[in-house]
Amino acid sequence: MENTNLKKLHTVTLDASKCIGCGSCVKRCPTEAIRVRNGKASIIYDKCVACGECVRICKSLAKIPSYDKLEIINNYKYKIALIPPSFYGQFNNVANINYILTALKKIGFDFVFEVGIGAELVSQVTQKLVAAGRLKKPIISTACPAVLELINERFENLKPNLLPLLPPVDISAKLARERAITHHGVAESDIGVFFVSPCPAKVYSLKANKMVNSHYVDGVLSVAEVYMALMPIISKLHESKNLSEMGVLGLQWASSGGEAAGVMCEKYLAADGIENVIDILERLENGSMTDVEFVELNACISGCVGGVLNVENPFVAKARIRQLRKKFPAVGNTLAEIDKPLEYYLVERQLQTDGQSFDSDRQIAFEKLMEIQRIYQTLPQLDCGICGAPSCRAFCEDIVMGRIPADTPCPMVKGQKQ
Amino acid sequence: MQHIHLEYDVDGNNFVSAGQATENVKFCLKGLGINPQMIRRIAIAMYEGEINMVIHANGGKAIADIYMDKIVVQLVDTGEGIADINQAMQPGFSTATEDVRSLGFGAGMGLPNMRKYTDEFEIESTVGVGTHITMTVKF
Ligand SMILES: Nc1ncnc2c1ncn2[C@@H]1O[C@H](COP(=O)(O)OP(=O)(O)OP(=O)(O)O)[C@@H](O)[C@H]1O
Ligand SMILES: [Mg+2]
Repeated sequence: MENTNLKKLHTVTLDASKCIGCGSCVKRCPTEAIRVRNGKASIIYDKCVACGECVRICKSLAKIPSYDKLEIINNYKYKIALIPPSFYGQFNNVANINYILTALKKIGFDFVFEVGIGAELVSQVTQKLVAAGRLKKPIISTACPAVLELINERFENLKPNLLPLLPPVDISAKLARERAITHHGVAESDIGVFFVSPCPAKVYSLKANKMVNSHYVDGVLSVAEVYMALMPIISKLHESKNLSEMGVLGLQWASSGGEAAGVMCEKYLAADGIENVIDILERLENGSMTDVEFVELNACISGCVGGVLNVENPFVAKARIRQLRKKFPAVGNTLAEIDKPLEYYLVERQLQTDGQSFDSDRQIAFEKLMEIQRIYQTLPQLDCGICGAPSCRAFCEDIVMGRIPADTPCPMVKGQKQ
Repeated sequence: MQHIHLEYDVDGNNFVSAGQATENVKFCLKGLGINPQMIRRIAIAMYEGEINMVIHANGGKAIADIYMDKIVVQLVDTGEGIADINQAMQPGFSTATEDVRSLGFGAGMGLPNMRKYTDEFEIESTVGVGTHITMTVKF
């Protein structure tokens, strides 16, 4: 019940006037969540993990990722920006990242908090948990919300392996809010916390979380929009305030492998790109890769720098992050300084999903599966996509699940009815 | 009895494709709403079987018959066969070459795990003829 509501949060929507029905997104979608119907793409939200691949591939720009417009910050008296480490990779030739943070204050934020700080803390708590040896191995990172959603939906078996910690953005939101109250003397009700998101998955997860768990973030903005607002200001800045507080450990979370490297265990694996992630999850579920202790998975190529709401090419951004390393302190924020109990970092509640069953009644599900197999045998099994479904199996599933009429013919088997 | 019959060729020269039959079976079982722990046991056993056929038998066939209350998986190959089945079933026994070991296979745990994770496990093998494994997991 809960999740059907959550899935209505539609992180990606279609601009039907722009969609030409080419079917590129249908083929690209890693969870087979898109069909072309009546010449237009349509998303089956129950299957969508908000990875953003369809936004990336659509050359007609018909896939619209949803996020909050920058203006919404004006609904709050005291505005906090949460900036992910990948944000620093978006800028060319910025001599000092404090210019970026200073410019953020000029466009209306009262307080800028680096999510890299939350990341550093997550790394350190993870190190502790790994050392204590109480987590089920291999431990799977939960920082990428598209991966988390994928595991919830399709790899229920791997749920016990999930790192039981809040992602860095949630921890950062908590810390920033508290700091505004205690250090800056702001009234709690005046505070609005905004994450500048590199991807639609983060938009989805933070909004979903807001409905189910504690309230961490009030709005989710897009990197591209904030970038556009900053550019005219940054170019005119002549001085900056020392606002950056994070260290290298936090910075490296921007690209794939950075989180895993921060866990300080030798036997780690980092995979990026949603297809690669799915391959690894299948293998983990099959019980292979028994020698791996920590698995970092990022839906986007290169990690968060590859998010579809960014402005810069992922590889360029990744290279910049690497060059920025020397500008950050080797030791950033420590757990001791922050001084919070373990519970502060733990997830309250994982979002629940239905999984993938055809029906909650086994007998009916069984009949549906039989029917899928039967129809499948009548098809050419080319996965050509001409019918508007990504594969012959998906076409069968659509018929059996009642998404299309039972007598829908396969365009490749002309004149034949299933 | 009404059931779903699935058959897959397992390519003997392709490590990367090994696991495809297992993936398809997992898709079906998830569609049926089978308990995840059960799916995991089947996936482990079937994947090990697929890999064994790739490594030790130059490929073969993976067959799955899904019933309302159980799944029967057969792995059939026409490879070199196993001379001493008891020995092959010992945890840690492996004839894998160094090459294969360097890929992370060859711990000698495949067959023991296949038996451990399934409710019924039968293996028949004749040297020079091939190997036939039948595994059942009851839902
Ligand atoms: N299908 C098969 N055909 C021929 N020989 C086989 C077959 N399956 C297993 N064997 C033999 O049985 C031995 C033990 O198999 P088992 O799966 O337990 O270990 P392994 O494949 O060597 O290593 P691991 O499965 O741990 O990677 C193999 O080394 C091989 O000699
Ligand atoms: Mg084996």
